[in-house]
Amino acid sequence: MDKGTDRSAASTRAVEIGVAGVILLFGLVVAIDSYRLGASWGDDGPQPGYFPFYVGLLICISSAAILARGWRNSALADESFVSREELKKILTVLVPTIVYVSLIASLGFYLTSTLYIAYFMWQLGKYPWIKIVPVAVGVSVAFFLIFEIWFSVPLPKGPLEAALGLN
Amino acid sequence: MEEINALLGGFSVALSPLNLVLMFVGVILGIIIGVLPGLGGANGVAILLPLTFSMAQQPGGTTSAIILLSCIYWGALFGGAITSILFNIPGEPWSVATTFDGHPLAQLGRAGSALTAAFTSSFVGALIAVIMITFLSPVVAGFALKFGPPEFFAVYLLTFCAFVGMSGGNAAKTVASMMIGFALAAVGLDSVTGTLRLTFGFTVLLKGFDFLIAVIGLFGIGEILETLEEGLAFKGASAKINMKVVLETWKELPRYWATSLRSAAVGCFMGIVPGGATPASFMSYGLARRLSRDGKDFGNGVVEGVVAPETAAHAAGTSALLPMITLGVPGSPTAAVLLGGLLIWGLQPGPLLFVEKPDFVWGLIASMYLGNIAGLIVVLTCVPLFAAILRIPFSIIAPVIIVICAIGAYTVHNSMFDVYLMVIFGVIGYAFKKLGYPLAPMVLALVLGDRAEENFRNAIKGSQGDLTVFFSNGLVGSLTGLALLLLFWPLIRTLLRVLQGKPAG
Repeated sequence: MDKGTDRSAASTRAVEIGVAGVILLFGLVVAIDSYRLGASWGDDGPQPGYFPFYVGLLICISSAAILARGWRNSALADESFVSREELKKILTVLVPTIVYVSLIASLGFYLTSTLYIAYFMWQLGKYPWIKIVPVAVGVSVAFFLIFEIWFSVPLPKGPLEAALGLN
Repeated sequence: MEEINALLGGFSVALSPLNLVLMFVGVILGIIIGVLPGLGGANGVAILLPLTFSMAQQPGGTTSAIILLSCIYWGALFGGAITSILFNIPGEPWSVATTFDGHPLAQLGRAGSALTAAFTSSFVGALIAVIMITFLSPVVAGFALKFGPPEFFAVYLLTFCAFVGMSGGNAAKTVASMMIGFALAAVGLDSVTGTLRLTFGFTVLLKGFDFLIAVIGLFGIGEILETLEEGLAFKGASAKINMKVVLETWKELPRYWATSLRSAAVGCFMGIVPGGATPASFMSYGLARRLSRDGKDFGNGVVEGVVAPETAAHAAGTSALLPMITLGVPGSPTAAVLLGGLLIWGLQPGPLLFVEKPDFVWGLIASMYLGNIAGLIVVLTCVPLFAAILRIPFSIIAPVIIVICAIGAYTVHNSMFDVYLMVIFGVIGYAFKKLGYPLAPMVLALVLGDRAEENFRNAIKGSQGDLTVFFSNGLVGSLTGLALLLLFWPLIRTLLRVLQGKPAG
């Protein structure tokens, strides 16, 4: 892929430091909460926070090391973690996925999946509606048959299924 | 010998009509999963695991369920080779080495040869590993029956230290990744004291994080996101296998018997050590290149260059099941998922399993032989079909894969929260992969964390807080010692080189 004209959205160094920082915070949270629960010897054994406290401590130490190394390594600043084009590609999938997942609870699984597949076929595949509808609906119906009827595994349903009496 | 008797007993269990059907279904599903991006071996097994719940409730059902799942595993191992050779896309991390000579062979129009060589080598490698398992596992299990909490914890410690010491990558990132897994495993209700840990008042976190959700998110969604960077199309060489090509390749393969045996040995050994299938395939490719007569042609499309990594990878992937069934320690993320499945079905993986449920264990081992045979038959006959799957336009197949992942995540606990979590794990998986944080230690820590901690606490309670309990006898002492040695191996190696006057590092 030609990266010559593709600008970087974030340098590796920035992301490396950022991620290490987040992990460090996570480690601190784990260690502090475990300390609250008791991280030393109790009456007849280690207190519940004992194990997680040292785990949290190790997280802090290792992420601090990664952070320090990333900070000092200026060569990473020239390296691109993800270019703008790549980021756009990822977001074109990630954003609809987030929307899809948040709608499942309210609209039911099968309706949202149909819309999700249809959206991709329309946006990315540039298919005409004539081709999109049978495929998207067909796949959802297939899933319905496989999971609801064959495997007897219920998936979340919403207003559409209620209207069709399929609850 | 009693192992043969037990194995024959296992065959009688495995050869029931239902189980045979499940074997073929599993292999076919596994190959499809191995061929599709975002649905690798670990992920695919994780998604299908909840569907086996009802199967496992029936008598003999757990055997059928594990046969299905392990055949999916074999299928995925085979499937990874298909995409490596035809599309230069490694379906699994250990298929990367197969692309070195596999794809050039395909480009030379010899895809059929490459595929036949890959599948046959995989079969041979797996077969050798299964034979080893047949004879070694009762020995190891018998040995492990004497294990107490300190010994078990030492084994877990050895597993994790091996990851850190031999990771080759950044040790700090391996430790961080692993510890995050442990921390996530600790969230929820503490079974020993009954206190809530790290839940911060969120009732939804009571049950803690399920490793299945993590696997689906990290390996499934994460991999799709990573694939997106490459572009949205799969273009590959066409694949036709007919009997003539198969027979011709089979005539050529016995020439490489030395490479096969050596690769299988490397694979068997590395598979028992966790995280071994990928380094095993690279190591055996490198060895074959150095030791073979055609070594300098490697990389341009040499059949031997496919034989070496595939034999090793499958031998390793199969032998990773040995510590899983005998000690309860999985050697790879997929083995970890299988282990999780055993736990969910109410079985206790470990040495006691041989004693309490010999039907299950030997049925599983017998199915390893049969599953591999089934796999070989299916791939040799159906490759064009599987390759055609990748021709389905990305705009259709990507959302379908994500929908399947969402279903998989939901059906674990019937919880929408898990689906949201899957997306979060997906982003984490993408970021971690790009930054070089290994994901396997995190998954293993998530699966084993609770049990490792339980053994640690029991060991320490027994010794009243004395940490030297981990050196108290020869066995546990050597395990712990070996663990520490592996942990500090990179440092030790640097030190040795400095002492010998060679440049460090």
